[in-house]
Amino acid sequence: MIPAGFDYHRPAELDAAIGLLQEHGDEARVIAGGHSLVPMMKLRMAVLSHLVDLRDIPDLQGIEFGADSISLGAMVTQHELIAHAGLAEAVPLLREAALQIADPQVRYLGTLGGNVANGDPGNDMPGLMQCLDATYKVTGPDGSRQIRARDFYESAYFTARSDDEILTRITVPIPAAGTGYAYEKQKRKIGDYATAAAAVLVGEGSASIAMTNLADVPVWSAEAGAALAAGDREGAVSAALAAIDPQEDMRGPVEFKRHVAGVVLRRAIARALSRVAG
Amino acid sequence: MSKMHVKLTVNGTAVEGLAEPRTLLIHFLRESLGVTGPHVGCETSHCGACTVDMDGRSVKSCTVFVAQAQGADVTTVEGLVNADGSLSVLQEMFREHHGLQCGFCTPGMITRAHRLLQENPTPTEEEVRFGMAGNLCRCTGYQNIVKAILAAADVMNAQKEAAE
Ligand SMILES: Cc1cc2nc3c(=O)[nH]c(=O)nc-3n(C[C@H](O)[C@H](O)[C@H](O)COP(=O)(O)OP(=O)(O)OC[C@H]3O[C@@H](n4cnc5c(N)ncnc54)[C@H](O)[C@@H]3O)c2cc1C
Ligand code: FES
Ligand code: FES
Repeated sequence: MIPAGFDYHRPAELDAAIGLLQEHGDEARVIAGGHSLVPMMKLRMAVLSHLVDLRDIPDLQGIEFGADSISLGAMVTQHELIAHAGLAEAVPLLREAALQIADPQVRYLGTLGGNVANGDPGNDMPGLMQCLDATYKVTGPDGSRQIRARDFYESAYFTARSDDEILTRITVPIPAAGTGYAYEKQKRKIGDYATAAAAVLVGEGSASIAMTNLADVPVWSAEAGAALAAGDREGAVSAALAAIDPQEDMRGPVEFKRHVAGVVLRRAIARALSRVAG
Repeated sequence: MSKMHVKLTVNGTAVEGLAEPRTLLIHFLRESLGVTGPHVGCETSHCGACTVDMDGRSVKSCTVFVAQAQGADVTTVEGLVNADGSLSVLQEMFREHHGLQCGFCTPGMITRAHRLLQENPTPTEEEVRFGMAGNLCRCTGYQNIVKAILAAADVMNAQKEAAE
């Protein structure tokens, strides 16, 4: 379990980090919490000559509240997301989901930015960010651009971010007061990735539904959201199930995954509706 | 891929050494420093036997490169004893309540439980179980581990009250 050797960099400025990525090309990769990357390197599924640690870069830190949205630094950890009282009040869905990721030790180091940039279909935050309609800010040699979470994922481990860009911040719109929410995840044991998971938001005449680990990208379904917004629960479930494309793996055959997807989605919808207030 | 000059604090003492950046923190602690409290169980981020406290967070030291720990303040189970070398309340409660059998998972359990009680001095049983979910034990069935941690919370809170 020893990864291949690498040189380690810990730049204090974003520009310096981007410079290192440009200089070393695909020999270099950024490291955030390392809890997806270190295991991949140990298995030598990732072999890199340069690691650029993002921990000292101030632009990637902090939780900032705006009038109708929250800006989260890419290096904010799952633990920080869970512990932040203001965040739990403004976007309780974030906390509910973060609590279902991995285990306490992993959550102390695993970051939001790493979770959404990784591109692993098993990660929970990408579907959640699509449900919330979050926007990612990426910065590279040519400056910054904003990409909606709903447009970010192309296929497993392929995203709209190019190799010399760094994800710096994530903007999450604050749902209207009284919006019902739920993140429901089926897993084989604590610390496991989802067999199937569903994120649901539902409010006055609006709804949003996304699902995790049921295709090679997270699945946000506009049709499912529209059906739920119109009060048609089963219509929402069929639309979402029509959009997923699960593959057989050690978490089970396709039929089982489709079944579990329906179960978690129905539960998430019921819980979200029970929380609609006002 | 040259070696780097690693400097960190381990159990209150400043330490340094030469290591390749890819060295896992658990191996640096055990093999370079002879700090063998934290154990290697799975080496794949699952069991928690290698748990240490790093800058106030419980981390699995098999999933941290020593380069990432540069400058960090690390505490292992050895560092949790009282100043006079006697067992801490938490350690004592693991003994009293049979919170261990073979003892392999124990350093990780105690180090994690230490941080849990720092963050939440009055946990419910459910909070203990949730907070210890990253540590596996193949012997005890967890029951006595949970009892030991709840008992430690009670004793520590009583001591705090008595001191006030
Ligand atoms: C035992 C275990 C169980 C887990 N269970 C779950 C789970 O249930 N659900 C879940 O979602 N995750 C789970 N994870 C993964 C964990 O949440 C990771 O921490 C997370 O996926 C990645 O975050 P990180 O900060 O550790 O990123 P890293 O591992 O440091 O990076 C991951 C990838 O993203 C890239 N990257 C990181 N930050 C940026 C950035 N700012 N800009 C551009 N690229 C970046 C890196 O180059 C790398 O390719 C688990 C991990 C372990 C070890
Ligand atoms: S040895 Fe680190 S988690 Fe098992
Ligand atoms: S006491 Fe043997 S593994 Fe826990």
